[in-house]
Amino acid sequence: MRNTLVIAIRYTIITTILLGIGYPLLVTGLAQLMMPAKANGSLITRDGQVVGSALIGQGFTSPRYFHSRPSAAGNGWDATSSGGSNLGPTNQALMTRIDAAVAQWHKDDPEAKGPVPIGLVTTSGSGLDPDISPEGALYQVPMVAAARHLPEETVRALVESHIEGRQFGFLGEPTVNVLELNLALDALPGQSQTSK
Amino acid sequence: MTANGWLQFIVYFVVLLVCVRPLGIYMAKVFEGKLHFLRPFERLIYRVSGVRSDEEMTWKEYTVAMLLFSFVSLILTYVFERLQHVLPWNPQHLPGVEAFLAWNTAASFTTNTNWQAYSNDVTMSYFTQMAGLAYHNFFSAAAGIAVAIALVRGVARREAKTIGNFWVDVTRTCLYVLVPLCIVFALVLVSQGVIQNLHPYTVAHTLEHQTQTIAQGPVASQEAIKELGTNGGGFFSANSAHPFENPTAFSNFIEMFLIFLIGGALTVTLGRMTGSPGHGWAIFACMSILFAAGFTVCYWAESQPSPVLHGVTQQASALQPGGNMEGKEARFGITDSSMFATITTDASCGAVNSMHDSYMPLGGMVPLINIMLGEIIFGGVGSGLYGMIIYVVLSVFIAGLMVGRTPEYLGKKIESYDVKMTMLYVLIFPLVILVLTAIGVLTHAGLSSLANNGPHGLTEILYAYVSTAGNNGSAFAGLNANTKFYNITTGFNMLTGRFLMMIPMLALAGNLARKKSVPPSPGTFPVNTPLFTVLLTSVILIVGALTFFPALSLGPILEHLLLHHGVLFS
Repeated sequence: MRNTLVIAIRYTIITTILLGIGYPLLVTGLAQLMMPAKANGSLITRDGQVVGSALIGQGFTSPRYFHSRPSAAGNGWDATSSGGSNLGPTNQALMTRIDAAVAQWHKDDPEAKGPVPIGLVTTSGSGLDPDISPEGALYQVPMVAAARHLPEETVRALVESHIEGRQFGFLGEPTVNVLELNLALDALPGQSQTSK
Repeated sequence: MTANGWLQFIVYFVVLLVCVRPLGIYMAKVFEGKLHFLRPFERLIYRVSGVRSDEEMTWKEYTVAMLLFSFVSLILTYVFERLQHVLPWNPQHLPGVEAFLAWNTAASFTTNTNWQAYSNDVTMSYFTQMAGLAYHNFFSAAAGIAVAIALVRGVARREAKTIGNFWVDVTRTCLYVLVPLCIVFALVLVSQGVIQNLHPYTVAHTLEHQTQTIAQGPVASQEAIKELGTNGGGFFSANSAHPFENPTAFSNFIEMFLIFLIGGALTVTLGRMTGSPGHGWAIFACMSILFAAGFTVCYWAESQPSPVLHGVTQQASALQPGGNMEGKEARFGITDSSMFATITTDASCGAVNSMHDSYMPLGGMVPLINIMLGEIIFGGVGSGLYGMIIYVVLSVFIAGLMVGRTPEYLGKKIESYDVKMTMLYVLIFPLVILVLTAIGVLTHAGLSSLANNGPHGLTEILYAYVSTAGNNGSAFAGLNANTKFYNITTGFNMLTGRFLMMIPMLALAGNLARKKSVPPSPGTFPVNTPLFTVLLTSVILIVGALTFFPALSLGPILEHLLLHHGVLFS
């Protein structure tokens, strides 16, 4: 028994060095060598400044930008405090929140037709969802077009060119990356980069 | 439910089916000691730790080695957590972890549960994540597999005193199976966008002139073993819903694949090592039936529109997934979320890519039932197989009673001692869960952590204890589990669910190994036929239903009925 305890201690130490430290450092080295941009968070820079990550959603409130889904990460879009609302399907607080979000959409986007797509009024699992559904993006076209004084067709065409289909044609869901779409909006001729 | 959703499910299952056989055969070779290409590493580990690799152990020695190793490595992780502020790789200068939380987390990762009571991404340093938590991802998985292999040896051997050497089994599992697969799949995950660095957090300046601090870290290396070892502890608190852990539909597919890979392959290993491949496949078939049934119910429930929402479109179309999107990511939609939820609880993984707490009542009931059945549907690595063998022994016992003969299992007579160990395993699990849930719903300390009221609140508490006893680690995460009450009770529950169930298992292994083998007679109930698969499936469902149906009817089933009458709770 005492002998086994000594083995257990020595075994834990040697394997901690090999697998607890050696393995992650090996993978870090390989990843940094082979795919540094991805290993470092798929960061996007504009004018030499990091504006975010292609994978991490950020909040938008101006009608000049497409909005992301609501976020329950920290106080919203906190990329150090990921998580969902964890509100259950019979929780009054969830229904109140969704009703308020629906009302807000009718106010922000009065020209949009039909009911609000479910994705735009529900929080994601991470609170950092970088995507919205194509339906959720098309719903916002009238709002963005009006705020930017652009024809709706121009904005709609931009959305359609940003729809990413299912991976390999069948995996996952079609999505629109909100940050990339908004960067493309800003890059349209005659569009300034600030919303102030 | 859409045609595309079913296509994704079928492709997943076919890929799994194709891969389990080669891996299962490879693992049988590893544990029979036929492979030596990593001998230098093996030797290094044995020499430094003083292991005599040629000596075999009795079941008692095996148990003692397993327990002492778990104990020592638990203590070391506790120390890492408490002292992380003075250890390297802590670019955010995080303080040491508070004592109760550190204890709960160390117990959680040692037992392959990976329940995470903390709900903040800035709790554990990179060093703690790598050398403490990811370390246990390897070794709790390896220990589970070792126990399963010991049990398989017990079945396969005749009149033997020993069941293998714990240190050798654990070392071989890591070196020959886990590490090579993890290096490959970690890099595949990086190719999808999973991060892998030791940098400080990035500060971004968003388009609307806000600052956003983006957490970084060595995620991919941990992500691979988290899924492959059915551990499930997320690097971030949103777990596999976080885009840095699971950025694309393909990374999601890989993660789901890794969760079932070893559990599926071990059925082949069982068939090989016992010389009865058909038996392995009969078990695989039973697992597949239960997997498909769970996915169907969960997928159906989550695709349904909520009857209490107005002014929104919940209809699935080519342009949106529709259904219940609260707590789900746009890139995964309903299909990949409900499939992940089913898989992670069929196995004892507990990683989540969507928030189970926000599932529809019957959708959230599926993960709950999966864990209640003992996580034997492919199951935790190792623990799934030995949990399933318990049901197999129970099935042949019941079949024996029906025809009035002494039951046999692969040539071994199943006698009173074996059935006692089996029943001990079956009874410990509901006993701790139901007693602790009862305490939870009767005390202020238990109720004050609830995020949702009504039947959903009962489900939250029940899920916490089912998940920790089952060493799953997923949660109805609205429940604030980082309180003294929950840190202590769930910590106790995890240790019970792991070790009190492994000990009868190893006792059974030792006892079976001692027995003579009897040749099959016309009265032997064959364990490699479809009839056996049906009996086994029925036994699992009956035992599970008898044990937990009352609790389920007061939780998710009642909530479902109330939801359709428009009853809400504030």
